[in-house]
Amino acid sequence: MAAIEISSVSKSYTGDALAVDNVDIEIEDGEFIVLVGPSGCGKSTLLRMVAGLETITEGEVKIGGKVVNKKDPAERDIAMVFQNYALYPHMTVYNNLAYGLKNRGTPKAEIAARVNEAARMLELEPYLERKPRALSGGQRQRVAMGRAIVRKPAAFLFDEPLSNLDAKLRVSMRGEIKHLQKRLGTTSIYVTHDQLEAMTLADRLVVLNGGKIEQIGTPLDVYHKPASTFVANFIGSPAMNLVEGKLTGGQLMIGDNSMQFSSAPPADGPVTVGIRPEDLQPTTGTGIKARLDYVEELGATRLAHCMTDGERLTAALSPEIPLADELTFAVLPEKVHFYDHATGKRLSNA
Amino acid sequence: MHKTTFSDHLILLFGVFIMVGPIFVAFMTSTHDAIDVHMKGLQVAWGDDFVDTYKEVLTKKGGFTGDVTGARMVMNSFILGIGFAVGKIVLSMLAAYGLVYFRSRFSTLFFWMIFTTLLLPLEVRILPSYDVMTKLGLVNTYTGLIVPLLASATGTFFFRQFFKSVPDELLEAARIDGAGPFKFFIDILVPLSKTMIAAIFIIMFVYGWNQYLWPMIMTNEESFYTLVRGIKQILLVWVGSQIPEYNQAFALAVLAMLPPVLIVVIFQSWFIKGLTESDK
Repeated sequence: MAAIEISSVSKSYTGDALAVDNVDIEIEDGEFIVLVGPSGCGKSTLLRMVAGLETITEGEVKIGGKVVNKKDPAERDIAMVFQNYALYPHMTVYNNLAYGLKNRGTPKAEIAARVNEAARMLELEPYLERKPRALSGGQRQRVAMGRAIVRKPAAFLFDEPLSNLDAKLRVSMRGEIKHLQKRLGTTSIYVTHDQLEAMTLADRLVVLNGGKIEQIGTPLDVYHKPASTFVANFIGSPAMNLVEGKLTGGQLMIGDNSMQFSSAPPADGPVTVGIRPEDLQPTTGTGIKARLDYVEELGATRLAHCMTDGERLTAALSPEIPLADELTFAVLPEKVHFYDHATGKRLSNA
Repeated sequence: MHKTTFSDHLILLFGVFIMVGPIFVAFMTSTHDAIDVHMKGLQVAWGDDFVDTYKEVLTKKGGFTGDVTGARMVMNSFILGIGFAVGKIVLSMLAAYGLVYFRSRFSTLFFWMIFTTLLLPLEVRILPSYDVMTKLGLVNTYTGLIVPLLASATGTFFFRQFFKSVPDELLEAARIDGAGPFKFFIDILVPLSKTMIAAIFIIMFVYGWNQYLWPMIMTNEESFYTLVRGIKQILLVWVGSQIPEYNQAFALAVLAMLPPVLIVVIFQSWFIKGLTESDK
């Protein structure tokens, strides 16, 4: 177990723009960090640089206080779980788990003890003599996890480990990974493009876009205070409503609707306004007027897609609330997020 | 789906007849004695000389110097066939491993250089090859018989394509598991290539077994004769009024055919397994 320090790390391939651009992350011992972002944002590249599978163009990676830039993956004391599991197809489950230990010259008896312990933990005991192709997707995933666990490494690196599973299995494996990580207390870096996976697993989230960090924070921090329109749009499902508005001395205009703020950002002029769908609640008083476009039923909630002055608004409503063609929504002032119109950066409330 | 009818079977049976017929005749003829064959021509019925003919073919010292038996020729053929196949597989696997996994700047260039040797089969370079072998003093040795035939563009090509289809993650997982280049090759790639190795072994063994020109040039001591050469030798011994031992020539031909057929039959199941079950 160890802390991981990523300082000013960049990656460029010959002639191309930076795939990872000056990234700093400090990961505490035992922490579960999730790197999340759309495809091509550099999250996998970053993980692979920590693993030692990609060279580091600039900057430093420290594991347990030691710089590992020049070290082979095997010397970094990390274990990695791959998206396609990367199990050795010709070896039995037992040998798949034992291979890394054998290569390190671990005594036979200890290998057997560790493999059996991991197998028990992952409920793989009945399958130890099987080949990977005789296993289901979920079982293969478990073997891949087991291969990481038996080594008792300083850190686990997960590269989208659940993407090849069906939706239901993904949810249950997600729980298992979280549970296992808490139980073992091993520092973990987990890469995913699925914001829900990121939210549920992470101690802290790192949102990446175009090789740069958009925001680092706890899931709730990131959810309640997205640092940019990118994060606001990426984290949360359904996505946050982002509409164009205008601020003049504490008064916000969205189309013809106006709202008064006692603590609006000290900026006048056009702004981007973010409101989470669940923060829009129908009111009989004044508020944002919108025309109902269509409705999606989710059971527990109902998504009302509306239009207001050419802008699209989605509200997550309780199914008990009666719908009408014309709706008026009220928003608590502290639930309104302001973003700079040009840069998309969050404007802090005055 | 097409339903098999009686006429389909007829066509297949006809094909089998065409292919197996001559072999059957050769085998049956080899069970008669030479005089019988000389008088009555080819035979389709079982004669009573099966044991005698084959015993003589395998054990009688033949040739001009009289120091080569059929059994010796069988052994020579096996040494050539197996040495040739194994050597080719080892060499081409190592070459392909180098080309695919050690991404040097010129690996594509090297690959095409290896590939162009397809345009230079042994027959084209037979004089320089012979010259080199004589200067190395390797005439009349198994080394001289096998080594010049080993370089193989086809094998390298097959293994290269196969290695390229092995997912990169497997290499990465192995690296994290502490396997160096040598371990990865022996522990992961070789077992994964099993079926591929079997397929190439079949092809190369048969190819090596059937070599005629090169052994004829490289070896002139009769103790190095292979079966394929031996058949001709028997028909050449036509001294005076002696009847050529047709039955023995046929017996040798049957013997020469047997191992390649067996190899194909034995490895066939592997071959099909390799094609149907993806092991990657």
